[in-house]
Amino acid sequence: MTDEKNSASSPRRRLLLQGSAAFAAGLAVPGFARAQDGGPIRIGHLTPRTGFLGPMGEYAVLGATMAVEEVNAAGGVLGRKFELLTEDSVNPQTASTKAQRMVERDKVDALVGEISSASGLAIAQVAARAKTLFLQTGCNSDELRGKNCSRYMFHLEACNTMYVRTIGQALLRDGMVKGKRWMAFTADYAFGHDLFKQTKKFMDENGAVFVSNDMLPTDATEFSASLLKIRQQKPDLVMSNLAGNQTTNFTKQYNEFNIDIPFAGADMNMTSIWGAGKNGFSGVWPIIWTHQVQAPSAKEFVARFQKRWKKLPENQAVNDYLAIKILAEAMARTKSVEVDKIIAFLEGDNSFDVLRGRPGYFRPWDHQMVYEMYTVQPSEDKNAGKDDFMVTSKPVPAADQSLEVLAPTQEENMCKFA
Amino acid sequence: MPTELIFIIQQVANGLLLGFYYLLIALGLSIIFSLGGIVNLAHGAFYAIGAYLIVFLSDSLGYGLAFVVSPVAVGVLGMLVERFFFRRFYRADPTLSLLFTFALSMVIEQALRMIFGASPLSFSIPEFAHGQVIVGDFFYPVYRIGMLFVAIAAVVGTWLLLNRTAFGKIVKAGINDPDMVRAMGISLNPVMTAVCGLGIGLAGLSGVLLAPITGVQPAMGQEILTAAFVVVVIGGLGSFWGVVVAAMLVGVIRGLTSYFYPPASEASLYLLMLLILVLRPRGLLGEKFERLE
Repeated sequence: MTDEKNSASSPRRRLLLQGSAAFAAGLAVPGFARAQDGGPIRIGHLTPRTGFLGPMGEYAVLGATMAVEEVNAAGGVLGRKFELLTEDSVNPQTASTKAQRMVERDKVDALVGEISSASGLAIAQVAARAKTLFLQTGCNSDELRGKNCSRYMFHLEACNTMYVRTIGQALLRDGMVKGKRWMAFTADYAFGHDLFKQTKKFMDENGAVFVSNDMLPTDATEFSASLLKIRQQKPDLVMSNLAGNQTTNFTKQYNEFNIDIPFAGADMNMTSIWGAGKNGFSGVWPIIWTHQVQAPSAKEFVARFQKRWKKLPENQAVNDYLAIKILAEAMARTKSVEVDKIIAFLEGDNSFDVLRGRPGYFRPWDHQMVYEMYTVQPSEDKNAGKDDFMVTSKPVPAADQSLEVLAPTQEENMCKFA
Repeated sequence: MPTELIFIIQQVANGLLLGFYYLLIALGLSIIFSLGGIVNLAHGAFYAIGAYLIVFLSDSLGYGLAFVVSPVAVGVLGMLVERFFFRRFYRADPTLSLLFTFALSMVIEQALRMIFGASPLSFSIPEFAHGQVIVGDFFYPVYRIGMLFVAIAAVVGTWLLLNRTAFGKIVKAGINDPDMVRAMGISLNPVMTAVCGLGIGLAGLSGVLLAPITGVQPAMGQEILTAAFVVVVIGGLGSFWGVVVAAMLVGVIRGLTSYFYPPASEASLYLLMLLILVLRPRGLLGEKFERLE
């Protein structure tokens, strides 16, 4: 007994004992040991860095990185730092493989990111099998919240229906729908097809006359043939369901061909607006957020982002930033990294500062976050600079409307969590 | 004339114009391959450098001067790459140069991404080239017509250089029988440096011309390179006119598919290539190369 006491009080021997005990525990129940050891909370971040969605992916990484830095500067969560593992998701196959590796080898506590709906679905499947949380930040397809919804997936990004209804309200306001002949140009992949479907539904319901829809390959960069076609058909309205760099180029060339037919679309990102430039940007578009949003927290965020990255934040940066901040808040308030507790918290009656006038929240039945959206169009001020040649509307829905009016109802987009 | 016919004629004309853009980039690819046996997978990356240069230099030099300096700078860069890298591969296994240029294209693309970011840079058509030309039912932006003239001038200039000068005679002799040229006491090294400078400079020029139309972003080279290869393969190796005819054909086919069945507009190029290769494996006007057989 004396021996034991003596040996235990010897610092070297105690260290050895503790070390081997920890080692044994680590071998026996690695998951348990990891959760208790105060090591970093790991976030697996996947987003396309190359290809036509690459420009947005770059901002996603900036937003996520900044969120992790802020969480860690505030002392981390539960006494643990956040660690961000970020990778190029490339395509659905690679995204799936990388998500698998992040879950199994890197033991990430949550997956965040993605922009392509197809890759998002692939990651969601990995997350569901591994019972890991996935906060998706850029996938628009309605089906991800409907037919393909998952208990483990939460949606920071607005769905196509929300975009279509946002632009739809603006078009109805301007008398651009009823009885008007409209032509569509659509990105030829899952996202574009879904967006076209939602747009057509909206236009049909509101009495517009459909002329044609052209599916354009995502790698097309030159649209003179389509633009000549618009001039030939002379519709009253042209609707774009294009994506990524397609949007930038189509918008620029629309201006180049001097087409004076009203132009609108159901998806726009600031990267595309900046890429089109002051002389190339045209049309009216729905957008989830811009640096012009008039809310105190938005203005502070813009200032912090500019200080950190020497440029303005893009809407994609905001989603990835918010995803990580919300995750940190959920972990801090549930005092846990357990997936079931976090899901219960996010599904619960909790709202979050989403850098807009009103707080946002997740709907418990499909995990869609609802928040204020905006429309954006070229500024009429000829002297506007490179930061403000576009103007952002007041929030949609208006202050006296429910945030849920934009998103599909349970009947419209049935989601059953397995 | 029925309206539909006017539409189709307009699309054919547009296709021919598009053909000239393909031609500019394919021509350089073709002459570097013909003379050096190097399949330059980095050709698209030089096209991207041309586009970035005009965006970057326009601010300080103004559009006019930047328009001249940018392609020349890309050409000089091409000469340096020839002098220090390509030269090592002329007599080596073609796989090596393929791997080298592939790596070079990735290095350039990633370097552009690191320096300028992944987002497209905004660059507009210069003020003086705004506006459209309208003749009856025909309609076309002024800038694109200007591009057409620049492209024609570049192609004609290249043809004259290759067919009406002593330099061109050496190039042609070098393509057909490099050993005999060497036996005559003519060094092919400076000729190759010049040819790479010219070919890569043409890629830079296409980048300069297309910068205001398609977005200036790091992957822009990859997007155009595939189309350029299709043109070279359809036209046939070593044939100047083969590449010219193929570029026009590709432009028109793509234009018409975009009009009648847009989802296949990109695929149409490859179908055309497939068809030509089945009927004429050497390409439309391709010659027989002893050292490649």
